[in-house]
Amino acid sequence: MPTQLDIKRRIRSVKNTQQITRAMKFVAAARLRRAQERAFAARPYARAISRLVRSAALRVPGSAHALLRQREEKRILLLTVSGERGLCGAFNANVIRRTLEFLREHSAQNPAIIVLGRKIRDAMRKQRWKIVAEHVDVTARPEPARVAEITKEVTALYEREEVDSVYIVFNEFKSVLAQNLKLEKLLPIEPDPTTTIEEAQARSKETAVDYLFEQPPAELFGRLLPRYLQVQIFRALAESAAAEHAARMTAMDSATNNARELIDQLTLYMNKVRQAAITKEIIEVVSGAASAT
Amino acid sequence: MLEVVTPEREVVRESVAEVQLPGLSGYFGILPGHTPLLTELGIGPLIYRKGAENAFIAVMGGFAEVLPERVTVLAAAAERSEEIDAARARADLAEAEKKLAASSADPNTDWDAVLKSVASARARLEAASHGAPIANRET
Repeated sequence: MPTQLDIKRRIRSVKNTQQITRAMKFVAAARLRRAQERAFAARPYARAISRLVRSAALRVPGSAHALLRQREEKRILLLTVSGERGLCGAFNANVIRRTLEFLREHSAQNPAIIVLGRKIRDAMRKQRWKIVAEHVDVTARPEPARVAEITKEVTALYEREEVDSVYIVFNEFKSVLAQNLKLEKLLPIEPDPTTTIEEAQARSKETAVDYLFEQPPAELFGRLLPRYLQVQIFRALAESAAAEHAARMTAMDSATNNARELIDQLTLYMNKVRQAAITKEIIEVVSGAASAT
Repeated sequence: MLEVVTPEREVVRESVAEVQLPGLSGYFGILPGHTPLLTELGIGPLIYRKGAENAFIAVMGGFAEVLPERVTVLAAAAERSEEIDAARARADLAEAEKKLAASSADPNTDWDAVLKSVASARARLEAASHGAPIANRET
């Protein structure tokens, strides 16, 4: 049976842990606010540019630009976005699981991956899949310059026809309590994302009319499409950053609660042990007195 | 429907009667029912009419897609005229022009950057000063 002192020590140790988890929760909450603002701010532009290029893909032949060209999916590239650090619940595990799932499903197409984030890199290094590029320290706070670099890699691979399609898997920020694991197709740009009925109706009126171009289409797409790709990758990183902080905040919140529960239990146990010791002493005194008379 | 977005935020999303866009090779006006058009934008004020009122947005380059019922502008940066401080825009323009004058002597000037800063200062000033009634533009 542990002594009171033993239990006291355990309580102290749990309290320390609780302090750390509570501090991490507050840090995550503060970062979450900013990351969430960034993620939300990135959405309208990403949505608009995605709608624009898809509507463009509908009106121009695939030959207008290399990034519009559809090919048979013989080789696939997957971008996969994780967090940089742990202690955020199932956040990283989910991405890793989905990534492996995807790779197994498409193992016939010779998938290659670009890993974004330390956690997924570490996990993928232990696997047999081909890693084309690794980027760490990009997800915590996505920077346009780093994203441009990644975009260039992806574009080059696609234009050299080393890959025939590009996907990205990342955690989308849904709410503080929930992340939404998303798999999106980045390339080739597909002319059909009809999402709402309203858009579908609008489209049926609009479709099949050719564009007027102010500039040569090749030139225009040469600037527009890489921009599109960059925006989509940036958005994925921004979403993932917000989702990571949210996941960490929730995880640390429940860890803090668990610690409090554990402290309560241990305190109760310690009191029982103390009471047992006192009772034992009284019995000893009483029985000693009884035997003396 | 006019929609102006930048990577940082959504600037405008409303139903308008007419839009004038600063295309790379000059201004052009768009009325509802326009045939689909895709273009790159230069730096300059975008003007849109809603009822009898004109509104101005300084647009710093980007892309625009025109569909019969919708104009989508993806700007690198954009500011509504009421957000622009005209005095500061004027000061910025003066400074940018001074830099332009100074750099003509310097052989390794980054012309693109200098000209761009002049153009964007001018765009902001124009948008700001025409933000009131209708404009007689001098460019």
